[in-house]
Amino acid sequence: MRQLLLFISVITVGILFISRLFYLQIYKTDANNLFEDNAIRKVYDYPKRGFVYDRNGKLLVANQPTYDVMIIPREVKPLDTTEFCKLLKITKEDFNRKYNKAYRYSPRLPSPFVPQLSKEDYAVLQEKMRKFEGFYIQKRSLRDYQTTIGANVLGDIGEVNYATINKNPYYRMGDLIGKQGVEASYEEILRGTKGIKFIQKDRFNRNIGPYKDGKFDTIPEQGKDITITIDAQLQAYGELLMKNKRGGVIALEPKTGEILAMVAAPTYDPNILVGRNRSKNFTKLYNDSIAKPLFNRSLQGVYEPGSPFKLMNALIALQEGVMDENEHVTCYRGYKYGNRFMKCHCNYGTRNNMVTGIQRSCNAYFATAYRKILDKTGNASEGIDTWSKHAKSFGLGNFLNNDLYVGQKGRIPDRDYYKHIYPKTFYSTYTISNAIGQGEVATTPIQLANMAAAIANRGYFYTPHIIKHIEGETLPENFTKPKYTTIDKENFEPVIDGMLAVYEKGTASSLRVKDIDICGKTGTVENFAIIDSVKTQLTDHSIFVAFAPKDNPKIAIAVFVENGYWGSRFAGKVASLMIEKHIKGEITRTDLEDWLIRHTLEDEYAKPYSGEPFKINGYTQLQTVNDSTYWQLKNQLNKLKNPEI
Amino acid sequence: MRVTNKHFKFDWITIFLFLLLVGFGWLNILSASHIGADINYFDLSQPYGKQFVFIFLNLILIVLVLAIDAKFYERFASIIYIISMLSLVGLFLFGKNVNGATSWYGIGSFTIQPSEFAKSATALAVAKHLSDLNTNIKTFKDQLRTFAIIGIPAILVLLQNDTGSTIVYGAFIYVLFREGLPNVYLTTAFSTLILAILSLKFGFIITSVISTVIIIGIHYFNKKHIRIYQSVFLIIAAISIAFGVKFFYQSILQPHQQERISLWLRLEKDPNKLEAMKKTFAYNLNESEKAISSGGLTGKGFLEGTRTTGKFVPEQHTDYIFSTVGEEWGFLGSAFVVVTFVLLLLRILHLAELQKSQFSRVYGYSVAAIIFIHFFVNIGMVMGLIPTIGIPLPMFSYGGSGLWAFTILLFIFIKLDSNRINEW
Repeated sequence: MRQLLLFISVITVGILFISRLFYLQIYKTDANNLFEDNAIRKVYDYPKRGFVYDRNGKLLVANQPTYDVMIIPREVKPLDTTEFCKLLKITKEDFNRKYNKAYRYSPRLPSPFVPQLSKEDYAVLQEKMRKFEGFYIQKRSLRDYQTTIGANVLGDIGEVNYATINKNPYYRMGDLIGKQGVEASYEEILRGTKGIKFIQKDRFNRNIGPYKDGKFDTIPEQGKDITITIDAQLQAYGELLMKNKRGGVIALEPKTGEILAMVAAPTYDPNILVGRNRSKNFTKLYNDSIAKPLFNRSLQGVYEPGSPFKLMNALIALQEGVMDENEHVTCYRGYKYGNRFMKCHCNYGTRNNMVTGIQRSCNAYFATAYRKILDKTGNASEGIDTWSKHAKSFGLGNFLNNDLYVGQKGRIPDRDYYKHIYPKTFYSTYTISNAIGQGEVATTPIQLANMAAAIANRGYFYTPHIIKHIEGETLPENFTKPKYTTIDKENFEPVIDGMLAVYEKGTASSLRVKDIDICGKTGTVENFAIIDSVKTQLTDHSIFVAFAPKDNPKIAIAVFVENGYWGSRFAGKVASLMIEKHIKGEITRTDLEDWLIRHTLEDEYAKPYSGEPFKINGYTQLQTVNDSTYWQLKNQLNKLKNPEI
Repeated sequence: MRVTNKHFKFDWITIFLFLLLVGFGWLNILSASHIGADINYFDLSQPYGKQFVFIFLNLILIVLVLAIDAKFYERFASIIYIISMLSLVGLFLFGKNVNGATSWYGIGSFTIQPSEFAKSATALAVAKHLSDLNTNIKTFKDQLRTFAIIGIPAILVLLQNDTGSTIVYGAFIYVLFREGLPNVYLTTAFSTLILAILSLKFGFIITSVISTVIIIGIHYFNKKHIRIYQSVFLIIAAISIAFGVKFFYQSILQPHQQERISLWLRLEKDPNKLEAMKKTFAYNLNESEKAISSGGLTGKGFLEGTRTTGKFVPEQHTDYIFSTVGEEWGFLGSAFVVVTFVLLLLRILHLAELQKSQFSRVYGYSVAAIIFIHFFVNIGMVMGLIPTIGIPLPMFSYGGSGLWAFTILLFIFIKLDSNRINEW
């Protein structure tokens, strides 16, 4: 036995060592990464971020150089902080705070110390930089907007946050990343790929030379330029018309699905999110919880669609064969179902067929149509699923699966949706509000615009998208292949005739534009807000959808103006003007234009927050802007029309 | 198996393993000490160049050691021991201080470390003493004498501030145990070690309570064999050791030794202090662990280690040479080195057990024990398994004295082994 002690010791230690080696070298592998290797200095070479052009080749977004002072806390040697702080124009407290923040992130990885120096500061600092070990200057490029419009379309870039760094190893502290708009949705294409140089250093932190003769170094790959589908002129025009209003405008090109304009009001100048004031300005925008300028109403605003949704019901009724276009429904200033009554604006005893039903937006007509659809088989539960399926084939009630950074599903209810409210019996009258686009139906402006595009195309649409061209790439099939609705082509004609009649002699007859056959539909939507826990009705939303021309349509548009009252009052005007602008390139209805820039809804928006009782709809006085604001907007309008002046 | 031909009677397996370690060691010294891309193998200003010369001279040394008659080593063991001890004492007068330890004689730029050679001398003396027919290790008198033989060099090097070499003399406990040293010594040593670790890690009170409970438990189940006063004595002894260790740690150990132990037992929990430790005394260990870790399965390749090239691990060509293996040759290379050492040690032990003379057996056992302690302490330290103790990796680390001393140590045994069939 005594002979065995050393034998066993030797073998035990051998096994112990091999286990430890296994743990260190194979199990605990994190240190194997070149990026984790503190013997290798990583020097990044940031590529040029891609430019953004509009559909007509106008440059919208370019770059400007900027200089960040970076810090690697572990490498910082005692320094003359007074001088350093003076050069950077920061206080000693700032210095300590920034140092601690960087140290907490990582003692050995670089973090930005003072971002975005001015050129003058950079020039002074650069000469003295070698005195401050552990600090260096990193050149980056910032965005340089060539325009003041399209903040919600273009988005912005900002420093990447911790969550993204943890998720995506490409990003390092201080890197810039697209935060909103196309900057975010086309981040990888625009940013390119940064180059990395690996440099061998010794333990005194001196560079010895390139690691393995630069075998692993990569050269930066330039970001690609992109062309977006936006027409900058139309966009600027839309933004101007929507000044002092809240809402969204989406204009599409029906035959491609390209987004011609995407206005979210209120908006802001994209230039304020560039440079050292970015964070201050962003916080201000972010904290504005009333006007919500960062909220993209054209994509994220979920509203009840109101009357434009009647078009959908008309199409379904025709497709299901429950109504004929010539069938008449008599309106008794409303529609009576059971012991309840839905009001309508028609005169007592008006007989409407489909065209006049749409033209006059008759509630009784569409309540009848909706009930017929649901009761077709005698089982409203089946009926509503059929109805829901048709509506969803237009891209309503779901994400459009497009290339926009934000979006909302909206809602098209089916039987399943109602199972908690109506677990057993279910009749068509229970959901009759859906007939006129209220109740449980909810859509975003872009979904409504897409519906208009599908009607304009008589039965199909292209997924609305913002990308027109990427250098050296073709667009995905999702954007180039039509998607067919479940409605047959011939069923669109009566509905389109109705939409034309809306302009010719119906609810939008005051908005006609010479020489253009516009097909449209107004909408006026009741809405409510909770004020001091009391559900209070606010002035109706003004809604409009349209496409033009009737034959070979070039533009489909949806406009939402919050609390604008009836459809043709605000939204219809905006839609008509944008259509004229796009098709003719010039405006004949300057009266509408003038009316829009002169009127403001700011008072309307202030009411719910005033704390006082207020009146709505017909009992309100429409407010105008003061003269100086008016002339300012007028000037902008003129400049837009004659950019040379 | 054994070739009886006179020229091939040496144990070639041991020699092969020895040469493998020396050769591989030199490659790693080259990696750890070269600067820049150009390597002049005979550049005598660089460690790898010097080591090349040491290895060359070593071959001559091997021939010399093997040429001397085997009986010489037994006969002159005492004289060799005395000369060696004098050389250690001489260090107090003429020694040269390097890194706080007065362990070198300096002749021009050439330095020699007598403590390395003292290990062989002590091994010879122990073998000589134990193989003496008049010696009985079971008697207290002979135990004392044996301890004196081992203790003298151990204390001398300790006084010269070379703690690492002192610990090496602990290896002889394996030899003495093999030769019949009573169990009580090993049990005491082992229990003390366990008590010390417990006391430092969990505190004096918990350790006292645990050991009391265990001793009472053992007593309860063995009432017939253990008397009550024995158990009481054990409890008092255990508590005294637990307390003594704590006192020793806090009051006698120097701060740097405290820190090393604190780091080893993970006594420090404050992350800020740990971070600070990594920059100061734990820097070596931290860098060495990282270098080994970064090697992965297959390593970064010969002369390709980033941390080695960047000289991140101080003392890498001497005590921390194993971290170079870890980084450049990976798990496969490191495991290869470990296995080679294990095979070499097992081979020596096997041969030792085959010896007919007690002198050869004790000497062989001493060789295995000494190499084992170096192997265990050095690699254990480089991988953070035991506290930092500065001793070289045999055959591997840079250094002429070390290399030659281990060569002499091992080849005397090979010579003794080759002679075992001869008559004495």
